[in-house]
Amino acid sequence: MSATPNSNGGEHKLPSEHYLNATYGIRSWLLTTDHKRIALLYLASVTFFFFVGGIFATLIRIHLLTPAGYLVTPETYNKLFTMHGVAMIFFFLIPSIPAVLGNFLIPIMVGAKDLAFPKINLLSWYIYLVGGSFVLYSFATGGLDTGWTFYTPLSSIYSNSAVTPAVIGIFINGFSSILTGLNFLVTVHTMRAPGMTWFRLPLFVWAHYATSLIMILGTPVIAITLLLAGLERMFHFGFFNPAYGGDPILFQHLFWFYSHPAVYIMILPAMGVISEIIPTFVRKPIFGYSFIAASSIGIAVIGFIVWAHHMFLTGEATYAAIAFSFLSYLVAIPSAVKVFNWTSTLYKGSISWDTPMLYALGFIGLFTIGGLTGLFLACLGLDIHLHDTYFVIAHFHYIMVGGAVMGYVGGLHFWWPKITGRLYPEFLARAAAIILFVGFNLTFFPQFILGGLGMPRRYHNYPPEFQVLNVMSTAGASILAIGYLLPMIYLTWSMRYGKIAGPNPWPATGLEWKTASPPLTENFHETPVVDWEPYDFVNRPDLGLTGAKPRVPGKLSPAHGDD
Amino acid sequence: MHRTGELYGQYKTLEQQKETATLGMWIFLVTEILFFGGLFLTYTINRHQFPTAFGVGGNMLSLPLGFANTVVLIASSFTMAMSVWSAQTSKKKLVPLFLIATLVLGTVFLGVKVVEYKQKFDHHIVPGRNFDVTYCAKNPASVCGLTEKDHEDEIKEVREGVEAEGGEIALNAHAQLYFSLYFGMTGLHALHMIVGAGLLLWLILESRKGRFDANYNTPVENIGLYWHFVDIVWIFLFPLLYLINRHLA
Repeated sequence: MSATPNSNGGEHKLPSEHYLNATYGIRSWLLTTDHKRIALLYLASVTFFFFVGGIFATLIRIHLLTPAGYLVTPETYNKLFTMHGVAMIFFFLIPSIPAVLGNFLIPIMVGAKDLAFPKINLLSWYIYLVGGSFVLYSFATGGLDTGWTFYTPLSSIYSNSAVTPAVIGIFINGFSSILTGLNFLVTVHTMRAPGMTWFRLPLFVWAHYATSLIMILGTPVIAITLLLAGLERMFHFGFFNPAYGGDPILFQHLFWFYSHPAVYIMILPAMGVISEIIPTFVRKPIFGYSFIAASSIGIAVIGFIVWAHHMFLTGEATYAAIAFSFLSYLVAIPSAVKVFNWTSTLYKGSISWDTPMLYALGFIGLFTIGGLTGLFLACLGLDIHLHDTYFVIAHFHYIMVGGAVMGYVGGLHFWWPKITGRLYPEFLARAAAIILFVGFNLTFFPQFILGGLGMPRRYHNYPPEFQVLNVMSTAGASILAIGYLLPMIYLTWSMRYGKIAGPNPWPATGLEWKTASPPLTENFHETPVVDWEPYDFVNRPDLGLTGAKPRVPGKLSPAHGDD
Repeated sequence: MHRTGELYGQYKTLEQQKETATLGMWIFLVTEILFFGGLFLTYTINRHQFPTAFGVGGNMLSLPLGFANTVVLIASSFTMAMSVWSAQTSKKKLVPLFLIATLVLGTVFLGVKVVEYKQKFDHHIVPGRNFDVTYCAKNPASVCGLTEKDHEDEIKEVREGVEAEGGEIALNAHAQLYFSLYFGMTGLHALHMIVGAGLLLWLILESRKGRFDANYNTPVENIGLYWHFVDIVWIFLFPLLYLINRHLA
């Protein structure tokens, strides 16, 4: 099939041969080294963990409907929020965009046939499964109650729950993340097609390059930290045990040395997704390409030197706290660079309101709120009041759900035609995007107020005056749940019944849109040669755009001259 | 991806393949540095806090065995480097020979480590319920198999340790921290040696087929890089664990 988009709006056909029909059978999937198939394996597994974590979240919200706690015992409540955090952070958020969209897209975006190490890519999926099995075993045998942070000595000595298998599972899963990051870094360095210079790389790839840096530099530290905590629990080693002179604060330092940068593992890829969606639906080159690329690296670097802002109240020197407070403010600069550049791209653009764009615009707003409230928490004096309250919960859910998950779902919609070759139903998809946005804000905005009023996190009950806001939050969560179930249903439906998309339905400028949808196993018939600048709509006659005419809003086929 | 000779389908040339694999190995070694880094940091902080107890612990290690193992490991790095050189200069017969020598030396290292660990169990200095750093000092010299002179040194050492730490309980606690680190660090290092030995075994089998020459030697070179890295970790472990505060008689 030719790479030229259909310029008269007629019917498209699926290519006769593509990565989905190249081979059949369960072995062809479980032993595949094709990055696109591995991405789909990841898609299935992270979706599973998203629902596991989602069930725990649902139970938490139902429990908090009444001040005395509605559903479970205090001990069970501790386990619910711990398992929610463990499933969502380690097994959904961290792998979501990199292992699904990154895996699928990075080789195509740089013009390669596959990642640098296809077998290692498959290995990392199996490692993820083994790690996930240990964690599910822990959940099934009673769960664990340490919080997702595993602070010692609670996790290493006092907790009577299934901590050990969970620690082993997360330790193992870390290597999946390390290998994915390693694969991406090497691929970007050595597998780019002719003409694909560093500053022609899509910003999605830059974002994943930065993410991979964090994965390879941070993840080994959490691995060794959890290993030491596990040895302490299993064999009475004394690394963090005060009884032997060990230091529990040291555990917190090591833990956050990874787990703060891990926040950027979650948000940077989402920022990459947004940087791809916005120029496409504004029909304009992105504003400040090099600044957005550099700010990804900046966030990754600064992200490594802010970890101790999680510990302002758990025992560190005042001067250290001041330094970490200042450094934490610094992260706002590259983050703001991105937000300003995205909004500048909108200026005088020809904006259309397709589903991915709704997610992108939602992302900008929610991420801005999440980011700015982060500054409240970086402020030493204010943090004393807000620490360990629902304000913190609301803040990081704005970043992780409002940011990372919105980016992930938006990206899934944006590249769904590429992944499956078919379009999703546009009306339903827009409705779902709006439901998600409304549900999300209703769930988490009341939590900012609750936190400001002093409601502590991780408590299974609360004073009666907080009930109205808690009920609002639970109501929002039920809307949010509908917002997540809808795409599950119509995306699955569209895999068989969706309209055939054609190679470039939006149209967008990246290399991935120059190959068939779904792509061949080798991605391209011949190695592509890149001779255009990124996000350039003007000098790309192959996109089938004429002049600067705005698109008909809501129309999926490319706009064209005279009709 | 199908494979043509030694060239895998996703690459265009052997040079690209080698560059990619080597970069991958270097990045992997960076992650290893961070991995061991957490342990070294924990060690540094605790050693700074409890110098006496760590000194007492360090003096209970066997210097001759530790030193012998250091020599063995450096020798194995030399033979590994020679096998890389043999491959690069297409001396196909020499490659497996040097690899076998490396594997033998690596195995000797692990064997010595087993002897050392056994000794720690006999001396009751393995972290856990039966940990007692004063065990050898309190019992007759023959129980720990020490010479009279070593036994006297040990008694003196422990007595000084108890004084400096302010009691036997404190000394035992902090010495247990030292041995937690000793077993954590050397155990993790030994685990890397075992993985390395497995990789060497595979290399030996492949190299006997004459697979590695000047044209294609990426696996030899990259496993060599890994082997040298594990060696370097030991070069740091040996002085940190065995030599600091060592009293030479």
